[in-house]
Amino acid sequence: MNSFSRSQWGAGGLALLIGLFLFVFLIVPVVKVVYVAFQDPNTGALTLINFVDFFNTSLFRESFLNSIYVAGGAVLLASLISIPLAYFTTRFNFGGAVLIQTLGIVPLIMPPFVGAVAMLLLFGENGSVNLLIDEWFGFTIPFMEGLNGVILVEAIHYFPFILINLSAALLNIDSAMEESAQNLGASGTRLFRRIVFPLAMPGYVAGASLVFLKVFDDLGTPLLLNINNMLAPQAYLRISSIGISDPMGYVISVILVVFSLFSLWVSFLALKNKDYATVQKGGGGLMKRDLRPWEKIGCYAVIILILLMVLSPHIGLALLSFGTVWSYSVLPDAYTFAHYGNVFRTATQYISNTLLYAGLAALIDVVLGTAIAYIVWRTGLIGRKWLDYIAMGAVAVPGVVLGIGYLRTFVEFNVPIIDKPLSSWWVIIVIALVIRRLPYALRACMAGLQQVSIMLEEAAENLGATKTRTVRRIVVPLMSGGIMAGFIISFATASVELSATIMLVSAESDAPLAYGIYEFMQSAAGRGPGAALGIVAVLIVGIATYISHRVIKRREKELAPGVAVAAQGV
Amino acid sequence: MTDIRPEAVGVTIEDVSLSFGTTQVLKGVSLTIEPGEFFTFLGPSGSGKSTLLRAIAGFGPVPGGRILIGGDDVTHLAPWHRNVGMVFQSYALWPHMTVRKNVAFGLEERKIPARDIRGRVDAALGLIGLLDLADRRPSQLSGGQQQRVALARTIVVEPRVLLLDEPLSNLDANLRIQMRREILELQRKLKLTTIFVTHDQEEANTTSDRIALLNDGVIQQVGSPMELYDNPANRFVADFLGTANLIDGRVEKGQDKITFQADDGTLIPLNGTGVEAGPGTAMFRPQDLTIRNPGEDADDGAVLPGRVQHREFLGSLIRYAIRVGDNVILVDDSHQAGRPVFDVGDDVALRLSVDQVRILAG
Repeated sequence: MNSFSRSQWGAGGLALLIGLFLFVFLIVPVVKVVYVAFQDPNTGALTLINFVDFFNTSLFRESFLNSIYVAGGAVLLASLISIPLAYFTTRFNFGGAVLIQTLGIVPLIMPPFVGAVAMLLLFGENGSVNLLIDEWFGFTIPFMEGLNGVILVEAIHYFPFILINLSAALLNIDSAMEESAQNLGASGTRLFRRIVFPLAMPGYVAGASLVFLKVFDDLGTPLLLNINNMLAPQAYLRISSIGISDPMGYVISVILVVFSLFSLWVSFLALKNKDYATVQKGGGGLMKRDLRPWEKIGCYAVIILILLMVLSPHIGLALLSFGTVWSYSVLPDAYTFAHYGNVFRTATQYISNTLLYAGLAALIDVVLGTAIAYIVWRTGLIGRKWLDYIAMGAVAVPGVVLGIGYLRTFVEFNVPIIDKPLSSWWVIIVIALVIRRLPYALRACMAGLQQVSIMLEEAAENLGATKTRTVRRIVVPLMSGGIMAGFIISFATASVELSATIMLVSAESDAPLAYGIYEFMQSAAGRGPGAALGIVAVLIVGIATYISHRVIKRREKELAPGVAVAAQGV
Repeated sequence: MTDIRPEAVGVTIEDVSLSFGTTQVLKGVSLTIEPGEFFTFLGPSGSGKSTLLRAIAGFGPVPGGRILIGGDDVTHLAPWHRNVGMVFQSYALWPHMTVRKNVAFGLEERKIPARDIRGRVDAALGLIGLLDLADRRPSQLSGGQQQRVALARTIVVEPRVLLLDEPLSNLDANLRIQMRREILELQRKLKLTTIFVTHDQEEANTTSDRIALLNDGVIQQVGSPMELYDNPANRFVADFLGTANLIDGRVEKGQDKITFQADDGTLIPLNGTGVEAGPGTAMFRPQDLTIRNPGEDADDGAVLPGRVQHREFLGSLIRYAIRVGDNVILVDDSHQAGRPVFDVGDDVALRLSVDQVRILAG
C-alpha cells in the first residue's frame, strides 16, 4: 500500500511538471497572441478595432481569400492524385502496390519549400517543361504562375495524408460488408455508391482536412516562391519588418488558429461515432480482383505519371545542386560539385545546428510522450486526459503563431548567466520544435503503449517488481518500437521545420538547415548551394526514415509472439 | 412475410471442388438438400464447410462441378443474381445505415416500390421483435439484436435459400440457445430451405433435419443427427460426435460365433449382424458399459477386467478411465447420492452390451 501510494505521488509529480511545461510554452504564448490581437495598440484596452482594420485593408482581405483558395485548391489537387492511387491498391491485385506505398512516403521526406525553387525551374514560365511544350506545340502552361505554384507544390507534398487515410479506411472495410450487399442484389457502381463510398468517407475527410490545415498554415512555400499576399507570409513580414508590437501579425495569427481549429473539428466530426473499422476476425479488406492487361497498362501509366510529378522536386533539386548555370534551358549548362564544396566550407554550422536541435527536440518529445502516454493509460490521476488534449492541441497552433507568441512572451524574460532574453537564445528554437512535434511523438508512444497488455505489467508486479521497475523493465522495452517511431518522426520533421524557427533565429550562427536554405535561395547565385543544402536535408530525413523503418520492422519481428498474446489480452 | 410464399426449393451440389492457390479446400463434394429442409454443414475449422456455403452464395473462386438451386445451374451466376439470403458470421450490418435502412436495402436493390418497402420492412422487424429499434444504428444494438437484424435483412427479400454462416458464434452461451430456437422457429414458419454452418455439434444436433459432416474438404457422412451418432461411418465421425471408445483389432469369424480381437488380445463378442471378417475398429460409447466389482456375474454380453486409472465427477455421472489390456476405456456411470464409487487403483469388471458395439472399417 505504501509503495503503491508512493508511485501514485511520483506519477502525480511528473504530471504536474509536464503540465507546467505545456502551460508555459504552449498555453501562455498562444493566449498572449490572442490577447494582443484584441488589445488596442495604444491604450491597451480590449477592442475589436484590429480586426476591423484587418478587414478594411485590401491587401489583408486579398491574403485571406488567397489562403483559403490555395488551401482548397491544394485539397482538390491532392484528392485527384490520391483517390486513384488508393483505389488501385485496395481493389486490384497488382504489383504496383509497392510503388504506390513508396509514393506515399517519398514526398514527406522533403519539406515543400525545399523543392519549391526547383519546381520553378522545371515548371515555371521559362522552366524545362514549358520550354519543351512551347517548342513542340507553341504555347505554355502557367503551372507555377502566382498561386498556382503554391497549390502545385503543396498538393504534391501533402497528398500522402489523403492517400494514407483513405487507403486505411478502404482497407478497414470488412469484405462481408460488400458481400452482404451483393447477396442482397447490389453490384457495380450502386454497391460502391451505397456501401464502399460512405464507409470510406470519414477517412477521406480526415485526410483532406489535415491537408487543408497544413497548407493554410504553411509559411515556407509561399515565401520561397515569393508569394507574399497570403496570411502566413503576411504575419511573418509584419512581425519581421514592422516589429513585434504591430497588431496585424496577431490578428492574422488568430485567424490561422481559428481555421486550424475548424479543420481539426471537421476531421474530428468525420471520425466521431463512426468507428467504421469493420474488419472482423478472419475478414480483411475489400475483395480484390485481377486486372485485365489493358487495365494494367492504364494503372501503370497513371502511377508513373504521378510518380514523375511527385519526384519532380527531388529531380529538380538534384539538377540544381549539380548544375552550373540553369536558366532559359531545359537542363543546366554544365555540372559541377562546386556547390557542395561551397556548402561544406561555409555552411556546416547549419547542419550541425540542425542535428543538435532536432535530436534534442526528438529526445525530449519521446520522453514527454512516453510519460504522458503512461499517465493517461495507466494511472487514475484526475484530469490526466487534459495532458493528452493539451499536448495534441499543439497541432492546431501554426508555427508562425507559436513563433510570434514566443517572441512576445519571452522577450522580457532574461536568461541568467548568458544575459540574453530567452526569446533570442537558441534553446527557444529547441523548445518550439519540442512543442510543434510533440503530437506526433505522443501518438506514436500511445500506440506503442496500447500494444502492451496490462496483464504483462501485472505479471511483473505479481513477481515483485515495483511500478517504477515495471515501467523500466517491461513497459518501455515493449513499447520501444513506438518510442523509436516517435523519435524518428519528430527528428525528421523537426530537422526541416521552417515556420516557427524562421521567427526565432536571432543569429546566423544559431540557424538550422531550413533557415540556411531559405537564406541561400534568396539570391540567384545562392540557388546552387541552397539546393545542395536541400539535398543534405533530404538525405538526413531520408536516412532517418529508412533506419526507423528497419528498426521498427526488426522489433516487430522480435516481439511478434509477445505482442500477439498481449493483443488478445486487451 | 406474406402467406403466399414461393415454393421451397432444393439445392444440389454436384462434384464441387475448390482450391485456394495450391491448397485444395473442397474435394469433389456432392450433396442434395431437400426443399424446406434445415440442413447443417458440420465440421472442424478448416474442413471447408464455410467455403462450401460461400460457394453456394457465389463468393470466392468459381468452383469446379455444379451448384443447382431449384434446378437452375447457378455455378457461374454473380452473387447479386442468385437470390440466396446469407447471414454473415460477423452480421456485416452497415454501420452508416439505421436498422430500417439496413433491412430495406435488399428491397431497394430489387426496385420494390417505396410504399411496399415500408410495410415489408415493418413486417420483417415485427417478426423478429425489433420494430421499436428501427431507427437505431447497428452500433447501438446488443449482439443478439444485431443478429436478429441481420436475419431480418436477409429474409425480408424472400430468398430462395437461407444460408447461415456460424451465426451464433459471437453470442454468449444462454443467448446462443435462445437464438437457435428462434432461428428454427422462423425457419419452420417460413418453410425456407436453410443451410447452417457450425462447428458445434450441439447446435447441429438440436436444429438440423440432416447433417453433412465435413473434414478436410470431404463429406464424411450425411444423415439425421441420431443416425450419425448411432451409426458413424468412420473413426472421424464417431470421435467428432460425442465421446467414443475406439479399439483397433480384427473381426474373427469362428464356427458358431463372431468375435472382435483387439491388438492386445482382448476379446469382445459381437452379435454378428452385417460384419465382415478382417481388420477394423470396434466403437462403443461410454454409456454402453456398466462398471461392477470383479466377480459379479454378467448374464449376457462381454465382461472386460480392468483397473481404474482416473476418475472425473461430472455431476449427473462419473466418467472413469479404465485400463483394459493396452487400451484405456472410458465408462460413464450415472451418479446418485449414496451410490458406491470406485477409487483409482480398484480392480473392476466392465460389462459391455454386445448390441451396441459397431465395427468401423479399416
